[in-house]
Amino acid sequence: MEFKENQAIYLQIANRFFENILQKKWDSGEKIPSIRDMAVEFEVNPNTTMRTFNYLQDKGIIYNKRGIGYFLADDGFERTIAIKREQFLEEDLPLFFKNMQLLGIKLDDLKAYANQKPELNV
Amino acid sequence: MIALKDIHFRYKKNKPLFENLNLTLEPGFIYGLLGKNGAGKSSLLKHISGLLYPDSGQCTVFGFDASARKPAMLEDIYMIPEEFNLPPISLSNYVKTNGVFYSKFSNNQLQAYLAEFELDESAKLSTLSYGQKKKFLIAFGLATNARLLILDEPTNGLDIPSKSQFRKIMAASLDEEKIIIISTHQVRDLENLIDNVVVLEKGNIVFNRNMGEISEKLAFEYNLSGVPAEEILYAEDMHGRKAGIVKNIAGHDARVDLELLFNGIVKNAAGINEHFANYKYEY
Repeated sequence: MEFKENQAIYLQIANRFFENILQKKWDSGEKIPSIRDMAVEFEVNPNTTMRTFNYLQDKGIIYNKRGIGYFLADDGFERTIAIKREQFLEEDLPLFFKNMQLLGIKLDDLKAYANQKPELNV
Repeated sequence: MIALKDIHFRYKKNKPLFENLNLTLEPGFIYGLLGKNGAGKSSLLKHISGLLYPDSGQCTVFGFDASARKPAMLEDIYMIPEEFNLPPISLSNYVKTNGVFYSKFSNNQLQAYLAEFELDESAKLSTLSYGQKKKFLIAFGLATNARLLILDEPTNGLDIPSKSQFRKIMAASLDEEKIIIISTHQVRDLENLIDNVVVLEKGNIVFNRNMGEISEKLAFEYNLSGVPAEEILYAEDMHGRKAGIVKNIAGHDARVDLELLFNGIVKNAAGINEHFANYKYEY
């Protein structure tokens, strides 16, 4: 995996977990790959993926069954959506608005653009 | 655990290399040993593996005095040097004659690593390329199950897929008993594998910190324009722009750029270390 410039690796791996959850590659209540499996997949130190697992556990998205492994929480999908929405509103949107301002694009222009593309479904 | 205590060492009279060097390495971590040419990296590794003796001070490895070179210690150490000579015999013959020195040697593991690296056991070592020889030594070293693995420039000579295989194998083989020391200049190849960064400069350890702590306290910027001067710890020209190390004010864990970090430490170790010492949580 190509890592981005600025964000800590363990958070970038967490984002990959979020993608898997949102794309339903992992289902609620299902066992997910181990800390070591993920370290091998991403070619990083197992202590790094352990931070990812701890981070997601703190968020209530995954939980640990002693001696068995990690599982996606029953409401893991909903919690992931909530986190990603917050991230979108707080991090992506301000940047998006700043670009709109720089380029002189108005909200109405966006609406017109979206109306031309019904397949976007927004 | 490895403990170097008050190590003094010199190759020549009046030219000391180590003066009161202290270093502790704990199991369960991969240590990245960085330093310019001639900084003393290989000498340090030789002290740990019992190949050089300190003039004074002591180096203990898993409770053994390294300079006593007890077989019980040596079977728990495997070192892959940057330069090596291998005899003109087949891989399987080499394994037969050398594997016996390691009581935890696993032939099953060796077969798996050789398959991963696409190495044929019946081939003669003398017919292999440098990169293939290196992969063979990595496979053999891991199969010894030594608790201490020392790798000097392990990715030199490896092609691109082999570097990726190497990282996967290392990620899979670290456990809470193992200490892995990687000495390298190829920081880009290995930066996501390293837990702790140890920088050696003219025989002194000028930096020794955990990656988590680094990512919390430092941030690595590729365009410093607009960053207040007092937040900049180190700056260099990169592709016509100023890149550098800044104080991590935002409180988001940053991605650590080992190359920038190393350059910064070589130029301004005091300033960077001072930031770690003065760091306070600000809310």
